[in-house]
Amino acid sequence: MTAKQVVPLIFERSSPGRRGYRLPDLDVPEVAVEELIPAEFLREEPPELPEVSELDVVRHYTQLSRLNYAIDVGFYPLGSCTMKYNPRVHEDLASMPGFANLHPYQPEESVQGALQLMYELGEYLAAISGLSETTLQPAAGAHGELTGLMVIKAYHEYQGEGHRNEIIVPDSAHGTNPATTAMVGYKVVEVPSDERGGVNVEELRKLVGPNTAGLMLTNPNTLGLFDENITEIAKIVHDVGGLLYYDGANANAILGIVRPGDMGFDVVHYNLHKTFSTPHGGGGPGAGPIVVSKELAPFLPEPVVRKDGDRYYFHKPEHTIGRMKSFYGHFLVCLRAYAYIRSHGPSGLREVSETAVLHANYMMRRLQEAYELPYDRICMHEFVLSGVRQKEMGVKTLDIAKRLLDYGYHAPTVYFPLNVDEAIMIEPTETESKATLDEFIEVMLTIAREAEENPELVLNAPSKTPVTRLDESRAARQPVLRWQKEA
Amino acid sequence: MRYIPLTQTEREEMLAVLGLESVEELFAEIPREMVLTDDLPLPDALSEAELIEHFRQLAAKNKDLTSVVSFMGAGAYDHLIPSAISHLVGREFLTAYTPYQAEISQGVLQTIFEYQTLIAELTGMEASNASMYDGATALAEAALMSCAVTRRDKVVLPATLHPEWREVVDLYLGSQAVEIIDLPIDTATGTLDLSGVGDIPWEEVACAVVQQPNFFGNLEQIEPVRDLVKEAKGLFVMAVDPISLGLLKSPGELGADIVVGDGQSLGNAMAFGGPSFGFFATSGRNLIRRMPGRIAGQTVDTEGRRGFVLTLQAREQHIRREKATSNICTNQALNALTASIYLSLLGKQGFLDVGRQCLQKAHYFKNRLLEIDGLSAPFSAPSFREFVIEGDVDWNGINEKLLEQGFLGGLPLDRFGYPNWVLFSVTEARTKEEMDRFTNLLRGLIT
Repeated sequence: MTAKQVVPLIFERSSPGRRGYRLPDLDVPEVAVEELIPAEFLREEPPELPEVSELDVVRHYTQLSRLNYAIDVGFYPLGSCTMKYNPRVHEDLASMPGFANLHPYQPEESVQGALQLMYELGEYLAAISGLSETTLQPAAGAHGELTGLMVIKAYHEYQGEGHRNEIIVPDSAHGTNPATTAMVGYKVVEVPSDERGGVNVEELRKLVGPNTAGLMLTNPNTLGLFDENITEIAKIVHDVGGLLYYDGANANAILGIVRPGDMGFDVVHYNLHKTFSTPHGGGGPGAGPIVVSKELAPFLPEPVVRKDGDRYYFHKPEHTIGRMKSFYGHFLVCLRAYAYIRSHGPSGLREVSETAVLHANYMMRRLQEAYELPYDRICMHEFVLSGVRQKEMGVKTLDIAKRLLDYGYHAPTVYFPLNVDEAIMIEPTETESKATLDEFIEVMLTIAREAEENPELVLNAPSKTPVTRLDESRAARQPVLRWQKEA
Repeated sequence: MRYIPLTQTEREEMLAVLGLESVEELFAEIPREMVLTDDLPLPDALSEAELIEHFRQLAAKNKDLTSVVSFMGAGAYDHLIPSAISHLVGREFLTAYTPYQAEISQGVLQTIFEYQTLIAELTGMEASNASMYDGATALAEAALMSCAVTRRDKVVLPATLHPEWREVVDLYLGSQAVEIIDLPIDTATGTLDLSGVGDIPWEEVACAVVQQPNFFGNLEQIEPVRDLVKEAKGLFVMAVDPISLGLLKSPGELGADIVVGDGQSLGNAMAFGGPSFGFFATSGRNLIRRMPGRIAGQTVDTEGRRGFVLTLQAREQHIRREKATSNICTNQALNALTASIYLSLLGKQGFLDVGRQCLQKAHYFKNRLLEIDGLSAPFSAPSFREFVIEGDVDWNGINEKLLEQGFLGGLPLDRFGYPNWVLFSVTEARTKEEMDRFTNLLRGLIT
């Protein structure tokens, strides 16, 4: 990263008449546009797009890319986001014309390789989850949640239980869980955590009832802790006729170790851009396939891929909820996840989770000397510290996060989950070396010392980044959401 | 191939710090009866070379459009893609997360701000969000937002909307018990039949949607629907083809309240249908503050330098939870970045030329196809880069034969309940020679 550098906007590089790409000449006889489209439809002022050369464009985006942090740049311990290495070979595979250059409505006979890949990925995810059938259609984790709740709703309605309208969500849940619940027209019922960080089972017992449609749970949960009472929780929900939804955001802890299906879950989504190493792209595209039990399979969105002998084909499930997006999902994202699973094999996936969990526990124990550890027990692939000790010295978790940027790291997830004061959530992943973990630990310990001895250093951070702290309230109060040509 | 650098020595060092003998002890809190004792039933690991070979074999079972000339569109389009794009998106944008730490994410944030500007320019609207999953989900979110803003629960949808988009909107709206009112198609013009609009209870309608050009490629007369819905204080939503926006009046000029569309055609590969991205734009303070999705805004740092942050976050799920405007968080940043680079490379003139060439070539091709005995144009409305041809022949069988000859024909619309109609698409990537050769082949197959 280059320090203190403001890159002009692409619009500010524009010169009238300059061009960055040349089309082939028009090779059919040209007819006046007004003869093809009546003038009333035609635009008089063309859109103000930049007028720049190819080199202008290449330099512009190269300069901008250098202002970014990325996994390729350094350690990215962003809890709940599983920022593991994204293998380069996957980019080569995804750009092969035999996949990138397929039209979604080509005849099935001409896309058998693509359908085979989709079918097999569905089978792999079913095996990993211990459930029955997969749809690759959901575009992201939150979209998977939406799909899953719609499937659950359709199932209840089909059973004549359409009155069920409550989804139970732990207080430590991702914000998407309650937001999704509201989107399908269900009511959110919040269940508190117990003193060990798990679902409070006694409270849960009081909250379930004839209106319970289901429970959404992440396990390991957002504190990075495995909920040991999962069997009991599943029984409580199932006994009243509800279903269990598994938020797969934390699946990196359990590959080949325990399956959500065996824990009692009926629906699972996987964030392929977390667990299965597809790149996050600065905020997407991700993919959020869901896998469901045999009972729920007839309600999956259309189409799913089926196999008959050697032939693969699209199939419309009997009681399908319909369609969650155009076409079949993020095919090229799914392709990378497929490659990841094939590269690792069963023992490799298990090693992924074992190593991710080992790394997290190692870091947690070493950081415990300087930071409050609200739940002192074995963690899974991530752990949550609290900055309360530093807060007493006037240094907030936000300041610690910003100081980490000065040391060349991305910050952990902060202020989440909401049930931990000054939360610092760290997820190292399996792809980092011990040397990297040790260096980061040393920096965290140094910052804790700085907070005691020289808090100004931390409070004024970051100072070595391309820009210093930005005025967020000004951005929200007087929104400037686009560039305007100066009059 | 594994990407795990841990050595045996390091493993032992870490376990020693933890006071443990083995990694298995870390999983002791998982109830014993559910811990797997066998390997998952998955194929064994492949080396990188084996993986590449496996993918070559899979790819060989596909006929891709590098060697096949395509006249198929219907939501995925074979446009020219400048080479520079893939090199730039593969840089430090690819493996970045959502820009939560703005000070080290100015690259992503500025590209989002530029993207928002480009979309606002194309659509003639005041503001755009950072992107949605695709055009269909963007439209569904627009309809839900309209219901929330107007506190009404009826939505008017056109029969000339892409049938898959319609299915998506049906599903999203259905789960919130929103009533859908249909605007039927006039099969003479290939556009909306507006004869029944007087019977619609407009004062209960949250929004009316028009797709322009519509699914059949035809241009709709949007004014009557717009005027009716806006007079009754509902919202007017347009779903548009971005490639048309150099030529056609902008939705902003036409009085749209929300504009959505799919951005695949702006530099993104067809990719067997995804990932692409959806765009979402609106105008007016009230509507902007109800938009779903992420938004980047301009601000300054402590030293007064221009910088960018995610803003208006009080709308979003991580703050508002069940009261959020939508549950969306991950979007399509890299596809939106692709579109920004595409639009920058094409530029003001190049983008107009793409639209103009699509129009001219589609017009030429349509006339060539109509020279074939037995084929006709069912619709009278003007069209842009897609058009429907009618013919009482086995279009699916013909397409199989065309594919053997290296052509992907138009999309037979029997799959959507319109027998004998075929939807053709022509982009700037097609040549006169390809269109002439296709015409001759098709003539031979039909007669």
